[in-house]
Amino acid sequence: MNAFVRGFKEDATRLAGDLRHRGLIQAALNKYYGARDVKKSKYQSWEDARQAAAEIKWEAINTLDKCLVDFTAKLEARGTRVHWAGTAEQARAIVLNIVREKKARSIIKSKAMTSEEIRLNDALEHAGFEVVESDLGEYIVQLRKQAPYHIVFPAMHLTRGEISELFERELGSAPTDSPEELTMIARRALRSKYIAADIGITGANFAIAETGMISITENEGNARLTAALPKTVITLLGIEKVLPRLEDLALFLPMLATAGAGQTLTCYNTLYGGPRQPGECDGPEEYHVLLLDNKRTHLLADAEQRDALHCIRCGACLNVCPIYKNVGGHTYGTTYSGPIGSVITPHLRGLQEWKHLSDASSLCGACTETCPVKINLHHHLLHNRRNAVRQNPVWWEKLAFIGFAFIVNRPVLYDIGKKLARIGQLFHPLIKGSPLDPARAWTKTRDLPELAEKSFHELWRERR
Amino acid sequence: MSEREAILGRVREALRIPAPLPGHGERKGSREFSRWLPPVGDSLEAFRAASAELRTDFRLVDSPEAALAELRAAEGWKKIATHRGELTTPACASLGLPVLTVDSGYDVQDLEACDAGVTECDALVAQTGTVVLTSRQAGGRALSVLPPHHVVLARRAQLLPDLPAAFALLKERYGANYPSMIALITGPSRTGDIERILVLGAHGPKKLTIFCL
Ligand code: SF4
Repeated sequence: MNAFVRGFKEDATRLAGDLRHRGLIQAALNKYYGARDVKKSKYQSWEDARQAAAEIKWEAINTLDKCLVDFTAKLEARGTRVHWAGTAEQARAIVLNIVREKKARSIIKSKAMTSEEIRLNDALEHAGFEVVESDLGEYIVQLRKQAPYHIVFPAMHLTRGEISELFERELGSAPTDSPEELTMIARRALRSKYIAADIGITGANFAIAETGMISITENEGNARLTAALPKTVITLLGIEKVLPRLEDLALFLPMLATAGAGQTLTCYNTLYGGPRQPGECDGPEEYHVLLLDNKRTHLLADAEQRDALHCIRCGACLNVCPIYKNVGGHTYGTTYSGPIGSVITPHLRGLQEWKHLSDASSLCGACTETCPVKINLHHHLLHNRRNAVRQNPVWWEKLAFIGFAFIVNRPVLYDIGKKLARIGQLFHPLIKGSPLDPARAWTKTRDLPELAEKSFHELWRERR
Repeated sequence: MSEREAILGRVREALRIPAPLPGHGERKGSREFSRWLPPVGDSLEAFRAASAELRTDFRLVDSPEAALAELRAAEGWKKIATHRGELTTPACASLGLPVLTVDSGYDVQDLEACDAGVTECDALVAQTGTVVLTSRQAGGRALSVLPPHHVVLARRAQLLPDLPAAFALLKERYGANYPSMIALITGPSRTGDIERILVLGAHGPKKLTIFCL
């Protein structure tokens, strides 16, 4: 068992029994479910919208080379500097170079999961730069030196009391139990940071190939300030973010808002196509866009699972996942958690090290059903399991299946097996769940279904 | 080989094997977004309803001067910021307050100290209660997001039914040369990051007022 599996199992066992944690997550998600259902029901046809969204992302991903060439050509034509990074290391080096060249003193950041993926903050801080996360949830987890708990709701696991204590300790503010006051404390603390920052770093939700623009979706206005005030702005994004046309946003923006947070439209949806243009009164003098591969092309090469790159990171599959709800976002130990994280992490970071995430599933299919771009999530969990075994067969499983096939193909042996099992079952309670129990993995926390007294076969013979 | 060529090479190599069709195996090719998104009905009513839900203060007015004067009195504005525009310039000048006009550059601290930012817009979207504006026509990137109150002066004719119409307009108006920023603003700044409880004014304006002529 590798360290990732051990960590996952320990944390999952602990958190699944932590009723306080579960209550907190359930309360937060209940608010989400209510809002999402209301907004979804307003659509004339959510299903047609999903299908179209799936087709548009399919088109984008399956013409990715062309989309990327168009996207970057348009951006460069208007003065943006485009960088390509094959690995996380290259991406960090590119950002560090820009930051050093600009002799930056402070850096303000808006939400970017790709920056978590490449551990950018650590690298910048290690090199002596101050980086401040400006999204409220991200700011809170940054002050706690934690990773985001959820890709859309980073601080979902914390109560206002915990946040108040944190602010008291880190910012010297007075304790309060009002979310409004807490938000205002953060607002005041961050205002001066925006104004002082020489560099702004943002993520992106979409990259429009047709017009060479990136699109950022947010509620707070922190990304807008991050892209408005600093002299240099850097946008990090994965190469899979592309959409072919500007007007595709008319579908994707409302769907992202509804699936992600139960909103009609997120408060700020902003498109950026370059640095400050002639005739404009503000905006950065320099605009950099960094395209990150970091094994996305590995996932792209798997045609069967390629649609996992359609993901718009709405977080809906996390919100409905019974595993996520019980074990929580940090337990995964990955940048991307929940069903989509379980599907893609093996591609991004190694199948054998991360295959266990695909086992942690009830295969209920709630994720597939809720996904706004119709990614076949729960089937991909099965694909990962299959691929893991193909790549690294387990000898005793193989042997067990050969034995099983041998027995079930011989009615006499099967009959004997049944009879033995019925007898064995009488004694099973003596060892149930103990280390002697061969079915321990199952029976530790569950009952074994009882074998019927008579099989269908036997009943058939009697009654014929 | 540059990193660009290396990545594009890997992409092309990967795409040589075709992927199964999207959405669990079918392809309809239909793009009638307006028929699937939430229905709009009467645009003005829809915009009003969306604004109420978002806590945007939306009002039809006869005179932007009078409407602004009322706000100024209610909130005790001392200084405001705006950009040069057919509607904004006369309306802001009529208040008799110090007005920071951002068009030819401004000091960020100065803008931060303003009580309100007054802008025009490109369109209003009834379906979602959204204001569409750009860095070229509405005073850059910060004016509509840095001051605590964003006031939009719009005309009734700018009201569009839905998002597809808004993107069509942007393409028609700017297709040859887009501004560096296009913003869709839907209500005052908000967050739910603390226990999913809604708080207005997270980083952007706490208030959004739209005066529609
Ligand atoms: S896989 Fe689908 S539901 Fe999950 S985050 Fe991505 S787009 Fe949303």
